[in-house]
Amino acid sequence: MSTASALVAARGITVTYHRRRLLPLRERERPVQALRSVDLDILAGETLALVGESGSGKSTLARVLMRTITPSSGTVAFRGSDITGIGGGALRTLRRHFQMVFQDPFSSLNPRLSVGAAIAEPLIVHGLARGSALRERVGECLEMVGLDSSVAGRRPHEFSGGQRQRICIARAIACQPDFIVADEALSALDTSLQGQIIDLFQDLKERFALTYLFISHDLSAVRQISDRVAVMYLGQVVELAPTAELYSSPRHPYTQALLAAVPVPDPVLERARVYTPLRGEPPSPANPPPGCPFHTRCPRAIERCRSEPPALREVAPGRLAACHLAE
Amino acid sequence: MSASILEVEGLSISFGGATRRQLVTDVSFKVERGEALGIVGESGSGKTLTMLSLLRLLPRGADARVVRACFDGRDLFSLTPAALQDVRGREIAVVFQDPLTALNPVLTIGRQITEVLRRHFRSSAADARRRAVELLANVGIPDPPLRLRQYPHEFSGGMRQRVTIAMALAGEPRLLIADEPTTALDVTVQADIVTLIQRLQREQGLTVIWVTHDLALLARIADRVLVMYAGRVVEDAPAAKLFAAPKHPYARALLGSIRQDAPRRNRATSIPLTAADAGALGCPFAPRCAEARDQCRSVSPVLKVYGGDTRAACWALDDDGARGAGS
Repeated sequence: MSTASALVAARGITVTYHRRRLLPLRERERPVQALRSVDLDILAGETLALVGESGSGKSTLARVLMRTITPSSGTVAFRGSDITGIGGGALRTLRRHFQMVFQDPFSSLNPRLSVGAAIAEPLIVHGLARGSALRERVGECLEMVGLDSSVAGRRPHEFSGGQRQRICIARAIACQPDFIVADEALSALDTSLQGQIIDLFQDLKERFALTYLFISHDLSAVRQISDRVAVMYLGQVVELAPTAELYSSPRHPYTQALLAAVPVPDPVLERARVYTPLRGEPPSPANPPPGCPFHTRCPRAIERCRSEPPALREVAPGRLAACHLAE
Repeated sequence: MSASILEVEGLSISFGGATRRQLVTDVSFKVERGEALGIVGESGSGKTLTMLSLLRLLPRGADARVVRACFDGRDLFSLTPAALQDVRGREIAVVFQDPLTALNPVLTIGRQITEVLRRHFRSSAADARRRAVELLANVGIPDPPLRLRQYPHEFSGGMRQRVTIAMALAGEPRLLIADEPTTALDVTVQADIVTLIQRLQREQGLTVIWVTHDLALLARIADRVLVMYAGRVVEDAPAAKLFAAPKHPYARALLGSIRQDAPRRNRATSIPLTAADAGALGCPFAPRCAEARDQCRSVSPVLKVYGGDTRAACWALDDDGARGAGS
């Protein structure tokens, strides 16, 4: 993989949590591998979606990239320079360029702070504006997300869920970041509101040349917003492809199962479809199976899958898959 | 004897003292025996309140009035408290969105299921235990005798939801109300739960009401769909008709927002921001409707029958239910 145009590049990211105390004896000391040697390039100006079931490591990976979790091994580079080990002032300076929008706009805004103060906070922390310039910038940010600048004095409870998510987005763009991670930013919203928030993300991306990492388990929303999609399973990236290609011809059996589980909004097609469920449940990240992590549930697993872990390799130009059988 | 198991006519729900707010207005619908009715609408559209009011489980301060609410020949609103207790769980059971809050964290799963059996059937402890094993096996939980001794936190999200379904079925209900039972789950797990409830419906002749904000899901499971907006029914149609040719502009916008044949968002189809105010004069959807005219802003449209099996409330429909050229 070339890192030439990668804004953020992760190499060999492994995150291991050691659990102690409070657990039954048999489970003690068995580390949980939240991420296992993940490589991922996020290209400047793209929207990369990260999909997978709960527990697959999506949010852990995002937090490693944001430098809020230090990986057990591996490196993260931002614009080509290694940021894995930096700390203190250098990290704080860097943080201005990374922002996050969370799932729940109810718990990610301080109820006692006016929304203007919430948006002003990052600007103050980074020393980017003060006094009347600060007030002006806060108003600007509110207008950029489709709210009136006069609402700055109001508290979060006076806004609806969709409006609060707009406020969180205004806070994220206040410092003119390069890179925004949206962690399930649409999941708490109604379908009709999701459309508006997707439109807003697109507008802001075009205006400010932003790069997004869009984490979601909603495959329909991902299809609407992303340029490329990375599919995660049990702490690993199992497939990476341009969005249209991933949806039209998924190569990894797990991606195929995920897409097959999405209901199609057409009763005629939907009733004619035979749904074959995945066998069993995802294995525990404390005890991943040998070989391919998916082989325990894979309808096509062969002997080789049980012993030899498949590498994430190029199966077509610009398409990666970690499956022995993918062509 | 009519084929309807549930008939609701003129249900209205309001909240609060001096400043009463009308949350559900004149809702009427029927559910035929053995059919699956889907109720779709965004948060705050009154879907859940409508369901709760039928079981007389509305929160304090809420006031429900109804012309008729007939379940299997009995008026739900005039039952004695004891008779009501027998209907709840025994004849009408509910599965809620979040299985973790629906289960008691300090009691074993076995204790929670046998409680239902002992209450409704006065079963002996041994019989209840035997039946609980059957119930867990029936919803696809492996190793039921072991699982009965475990606590809710020892189950995954999907398995917990299976447990709440097993509990709901313990009373051998004839009507199952599934209120967003898959919203908190991953898509593959959602598909499993949907397949499970459909199997139960087929094998046990269960009637199901699915409450959801996910219209695509209803394509798979619903025979009829009731579309609610701001506490009113705006459309009620057989699923095939609704998906092929929705009559109400809100239903069309909802369908437009999930159609997969337009992978990249078409901004023209997204619903504008203005939140609905149920108390206002006129059609509640008028502030967001692209086709609203003066009449829509002053007089609320009535729900009219079109083609015998479809109801819709929109001034723009002519007598045949086609979209008129406008007056």
